[in-house]
Amino acid sequence: MNRFGAWWAWAIFIIAALYMIVPLVATFEFSLRQNPTGAAYRYIFNDPKFFAGLGYSFLIAVITIVISLVMIVPTAYWVRLKLPRLRPFIEFVTLLPFVVPPIILVFGLIRSYGRPPLAITSLPHGSDVVLVGAYVVLSFPYMYRAVDAGLASLDVRSLTEAAQSMGSGWPRILLRVIFPNLRVAILSGAFLTLAIVVGEFTIASYLAPWSFAPYLSQLGVFKAWSAAAVSIISFMLTWAAMGVLILASRGNGGRIQIAGAR
Amino acid sequence: MSLTSTPGQQGGPSARPAARRPSFSWLGVVPFLLFTVAFLVLPIFFLVIGSFQDAQGNPTLQNYADLTTRQPATAYRNSIQLSLITAVLGGIFGFLIAVAVILGRLPRVIRSAVMTFSGVASNFAGVPLALAFIFTVGPLGLVTKLLTDLFGYRLWQDDFFGGSFSLYSMLGLVLVYLYFQFPLMVLIVAPAIDGLRKEWREAAQNMGASSFQYWRHVALPILLPSLLGSMILLFGNAFGAQATAYQLASNINIVPLVISAQIRGDVLHNPNLGYALAMGMVLIMAVVILIYGLLQRRSERWLRS
Repeated sequence: MNRFGAWWAWAIFIIAALYMIVPLVATFEFSLRQNPTGAAYRYIFNDPKFFAGLGYSFLIAVITIVISLVMIVPTAYWVRLKLPRLRPFIEFVTLLPFVVPPIILVFGLIRSYGRPPLAITSLPHGSDVVLVGAYVVLSFPYMYRAVDAGLASLDVRSLTEAAQSMGSGWPRILLRVIFPNLRVAILSGAFLTLAIVVGEFTIASYLAPWSFAPYLSQLGVFKAWSAAAVSIISFMLTWAAMGVLILASRGNGGRIQIAGAR
Repeated sequence: MSLTSTPGQQGGPSARPAARRPSFSWLGVVPFLLFTVAFLVLPIFFLVIGSFQDAQGNPTLQNYADLTTRQPATAYRNSIQLSLITAVLGGIFGFLIAVAVILGRLPRVIRSAVMTFSGVASNFAGVPLALAFIFTVGPLGLVTKLLTDLFGYRLWQDDFFGGSFSLYSMLGLVLVYLYFQFPLMVLIVAPAIDGLRKEWREAAQNMGASSFQYWRHVALPILLPSLLGSMILLFGNAFGAQATAYQLASNINIVPLVISAQIRGDVLHNPNLGYALAMGMVLIMAVVILIYGLLQRRSERWLRS
């Protein structure tokens, strides 16, 4: 046995590494093909639609994260403290989005809210509301799991009783005691949501065709070099979000969460 | 009225010390449940209703019967085939990689690099992924170009295993889907491999088992439920994916693409058949998650991590 590892392990690792890295290299190479070099990037940075799309998707992601936290943290806390018998049920509900793929969810949303009597999408900002609603639901599985794992490592009951004995009410307990203690869990849930929402295509292409992923999709049809440039940028954004996530969850058992299909 | 009164029922004298205040603590979960109903349950409910109606709104089962007609049936067959192939290939390949980095005595850096990269790659699906493969093995892609320049082999024109190569095909979808399938496998199967205890291997060796015998009779049987469960999850992962396929080959007949075309403009010429098609997909996903849950429970018997 040598200390450099088994030859078969190296062989498998190298094949996998090639398969993973070659498409990224090829995309980068493609983005540099337009003459003069860098023109593909210059086009992007001069395109107001790029910034509009990215900005919109970021804004939607931030709103999604805030609403998701406001929904999940009190619920998960409350269930642990007062309604432990309801836990399996709540867990089941948060897993439902896994059963409903995004294409089906948007189909249902358009059927429910795209026509009378509940024609929300034809109101001003109506489709934004439906879009955020869909993303919040999609974020439930991993947000709940992150927060619930965070709560499991706290002594929720003692913290609550300590805060109550010093005269705190529920809002104060949640804001000043529970939220700060869940920093790491919240960060990991939030960054995963960010990475997913900014890159989400299926739902966005129907409810917000101007957002980031649909913009990239159209660019792929008529401006391939620039699409390569945006793909590289998008990949780096995913890396950045996941990097923060992994750094944040290092003290949390280091488990990487999984988002699901797109 | 019966004489044996059950204690604690309203009205009658109760043995309890004091009537308890009705508890309102369940109200705490109401906002969360209402949100789920509004943006998940209600939309799906509308699809369910629609799938049992004909064009005039009368109740019918015809839509489900029509799922067996040519186009929907082919779409299901293609989708299942695509998901199955990428689940099995991605599952085997991902398992081998996980074994290699965990048990292959590779430097620790490689292990954490692979795990981190898998976390990113399993989230790197959709439009940019499809584009990346077009830039790699598309007609003008880097690998296509290198094959021509170095070996004189024109990937898209010359003979390719007795046929012709196209990325905008089922084969192309398999190639691209594997990019997010096997990293997902690495992530979900790694804890199970970590759970294999060194003592089991040593015990097998003490009794004279070869490495092959150890894997064949000890390690694989223990890992089997979690391997199967992971592959089932990969199946669901591929089955629900739409964005990648849409960007790569929007004319391929798989269920998510039929549904997305149906939303844009009734390609099935029957809105209600579209709802039934969607319900079939939800049903398959539900079965997938159910089987995964059962296998997961079984694999926890041996592996506690």
